[in-house]
Amino acid sequence: MEWFALDTWIVLIGALSAGACALVGCFLVLRQMSMMGDAISHAVLPGLAIAFMVTGSRASVPMFLGAAIIGVLTAVFTQWISKLGRVDRGASMGIVFTTLFALGLLLIERASHQVDLDPGCVLYGAIELTPLDVLFIVPLGSGIEVPRAFIVLLVVFLLNLGFVGLFFKELKISSFDPSLATTLGFRSETMHYLLMTMVAITTVAAFEVVGSILVIAMLIVPPATAYLLTDRLTVMLLLSVLIGAFCALSGHISAVVIPDLFGMSSTSTSGMMAVMAGLFFTLAVCFSPRYGIRARWAASQRVDNTLIGMVETPQRGKR
Amino acid sequence: MFLSVISDADGLLRVFLLMDYNTRLVVFSTTLLGIASGLIGSFLLLRKRSLMGDALSHATLPGIALAFLVSVYFGGTGKSLGVLLTGAAITGVLGVLAVTVIRSQTRIKDDTAMGVVLSVFFGAGIVLLGIIQTMPQARAAGLESFIYGKTASMVYQDFVLLSVTAVVCLVLSLLLFKEFRLLCFDEGFAQSQGWSVVLLDLLMLLLVAGVTVAGLQTVGLILIIAFLIIPAASARMWTFRFGHMLGLAAVIGGISGWLGASLSAMVAGLPAGAVIVLTAASIFIFSLLFGADRGVLVQMFRSCRLRQRIRRQHLLRALYEILEMQVEGNTVGTGEFKESVSCEDLRRKRTWSGRELRKIIDDAYLEALVELPDKAHVRLTDVGVRESARVTRNHRLWEIYLIEYADIAPSHVDRDADAIEHILGAKLTAKLEATMADSIQLAGMRVPGSPHPIH
Repeated sequence: MEWFALDTWIVLIGALSAGACALVGCFLVLRQMSMMGDAISHAVLPGLAIAFMVTGSRASVPMFLGAAIIGVLTAVFTQWISKLGRVDRGASMGIVFTTLFALGLLLIERASHQVDLDPGCVLYGAIELTPLDVLFIVPLGSGIEVPRAFIVLLVVFLLNLGFVGLFFKELKISSFDPSLATTLGFRSETMHYLLMTMVAITTVAAFEVVGSILVIAMLIVPPATAYLLTDRLTVMLLLSVLIGAFCALSGHISAVVIPDLFGMSSTSTSGMMAVMAGLFFTLAVCFSPRYGIRARWAASQRVDNTLIGMVETPQRGKR
Repeated sequence: MFLSVISDADGLLRVFLLMDYNTRLVVFSTTLLGIASGLIGSFLLLRKRSLMGDALSHATLPGIALAFLVSVYFGGTGKSLGVLLTGAAITGVLGVLAVTVIRSQTRIKDDTAMGVVLSVFFGAGIVLLGIIQTMPQARAAGLESFIYGKTASMVYQDFVLLSVTAVVCLVLSLLLFKEFRLLCFDEGFAQSQGWSVVLLDLLMLLLVAGVTVAGLQTVGLILIIAFLIIPAASARMWTFRFGHMLGLAAVIGGISGWLGASLSAMVAGLPAGAVIVLTAASIFIFSLLFGADRGVLVQMFRSCRLRQRIRRQHLLRALYEILEMQVEGNTVGTGEFKESVSCEDLRRKRTWSGRELRKIIDDAYLEALVELPDKAHVRLTDVGVRESARVTRNHRLWEIYLIEYADIAPSHVDRDADAIEHILGAKLTAKLEATMADSIQLAGMRVPGSPHPIH
C-alpha cells in the first residue's frame, strides 16, 4: 500500500481515541463494570440526537453536554431500577440502555429530514473521513492541515490523563476496595459517577471515529488484554494505551491490505481495529506468561508432577 | 404499503383489526416473537444471564455477513433469509461459547468477557459488511437492515420462517419448563437429579439464539435484547410465582409486539423495533411503580407497615417491663398489669422523643391496645395486656435461644433479639418453646424472666 499524510492522520486519530478509551476502560474492567461501558455507549444516542435537534448542527460542545448528561443518567437509572425494583444489575442495565437506544433511534429517524445524521454513521463511525474535516492549518513548511477530530480527541485524551493522574489514589482504592475507600473518607459513590461522566465524554468524542458500538471495543479489549499481562495498575494503564495505539496502526494497515489480497477495495478501519484488539486479546489469553492458558496448563503439570513425586518417593523408600 | 400514513379513523381500525394483508403478517409474526421472547427471557432473568442476549445478538452480525459471502460464492444471490439467519445463529452461539471459555479459563470476569466478545464480533461484522458493500450484489441484500430492523423488504416466506422459529422456541421452552425451573432455582439439585447443567444451559442458549435470530429482521439486533429482558423484568414486578411470571411475561411481550408493530404500521417513519421497545419500556415503568409484588409503591407500603408494627411492639414491651418491675412475682391476668404508667417512665426506656412517643401511643390507642386515663399516663387494655405479654415473651425466648444455642453473651442479646423478634411467626415461636422447654420452666410462668438486667 502507499502511505499518504491521510493515513498518518487516520492512525493518529485512531490511536488517540483508543488511548483515551483505554485510560478510563481500565477502571471499568477492574470494577467489573465493563457492560456499563457498553450500556453508556449505546445510550448516548438520544443525547446526541437531542443536541442535534436543538442546535441543528454538529457543534461539539452541545453534543458533549447532551451525551454526558445521558451517560450519567444511564448510570443513575440503572442504579435506581436495580435498587427500587430489586432487579438483577445486568438486567436493569439492559432495560435502561435498550430503551434509551430505541428513543435515540426514533428521534434520529424523525429528525433525519432536518439534520444530516445517519444512524449508521453514529453506530460505526467514519474514521476514514475525519481527516477531511480540517480545523486549521499549521504554517509549517508547506502547511500542515490539522483535522478537527484530532484536536477533539487530543483534548479528551489529555482530560482523561489528567483525571486519572489527579484521582489516581481515589480511583485505585475505590476500585479495589470500595469499603476501605469509604472508611478512609473518599466518596466512592462520587468516584463512580465521575468515572461514568468521563466514560460518557470519551464515548462521544470517540463515536465519530470508531462509532458508538465499537467504542466498547476500545474501552474494554485493550485493558482486558493488559489485565492478563500484569498485576500493577500503572503498568496496566500504560500497556492498555500502547495496545490501543497499536490496534489503530495495525487495524488501519490491515483494513487496506487484507481485502486487497482478495482483490477487493479497503474495508472499515474501525471494525478492523476491533478485530485486531480481539486478536491481541486472544494471544494474551493463550500465551500470557502468568495468566495465559498455556502458562496455567504448564503450572498444573508442575503441580501434578510434584504430587506424583511426593506419592512415589516413599514407595521407593519402602522397597 | 403498510408504511404509508393512515390518518383517518377507518384506517386506524384497519390496522388494529389486521385488515391489511401485509400489516397482518408483520403484526402476527412480531406478536408471536414477543410471546416467545417473553417466556425465554424469564428463564434468562432468573438464571441471572440477561446480558447473554446482548452478547449473542451482537455476535450474529459476522454470521450474517459470512453467510452472505458464502452464498454469493456458491452462485446464490445472498438474499435467502434462511441462509442468513443460520449464519447468524452459528456465530451468535459461538460468541456465547467464547464468553464461557474466557470466563472459565482466564482471570477475566464475566462482564469483561462479554464486552470483549460482543465488541470484537461486532467489529468483525462491520469489517465484513465493509467488504460486502463494494460487491455488486450488495445493494439488493440490505444487510444493514438487520442492525435496526426493517420490515419493509420482507416477503411471505420470511414471515412463515420467523413465525415457525418463534413457535418452535415457544413450544420447546414449554416442554422444558420443569427442567429450566430446576436450573434457575437450584442448580445443584438439578445436577443431583441427573440433569446435565451444561446441556440444559446449552439448550437455553439455543432457544435464546432462536428468538434473537427470528427477531433480527423485524426488531433489529440491538433492540431484540430489550425484547428478551423487559417483558420478563416487568412480569417479575407483579408475581413471585414462576408459572404466573412466565405467563405474564409472554402476555407483556405479545402486547408490546402487537402494539409496536401496529403503531409503526400506522405512522410513517416510526421504526418498528424502537416503537416495540418503547412500548415494552412503558409497561415496565408502570410495573415498577404499581407492581403487586416488587412494585415501588407496594414495597413502600409494606416497609411502612412493618415500621409501624415494630414501634407498636416496642411500646408494648416497654410497658410490660415497667409494670413487671413494679410488682415482684406477678403474672399476667392479675390486676397489676392494669396500672397506669407515666409517659416520662416510658420515654426513659428507649431513645424516643416526646413527639415520637406521643404518636406511637396515639396509634396504639386507635388499635385499642392502650387507654389514656389522662394526658401524661398510659394504661394497657385487656387486649393490650395479652399482646404485650406475647411480644415480651417472643423477645425473651429469642434472647434465651441466642444465649444457650448461639453462645452470645447475655449483655449483647438484647439488640440481636430486637432485630428478629418482630417477624417471629407462630410456628417458629412454637419451635422455640419446644427447644427450650427445660431451660425456662414454662409451667406457671408464661413469660420467662429476662436473662439480663433491664435498665
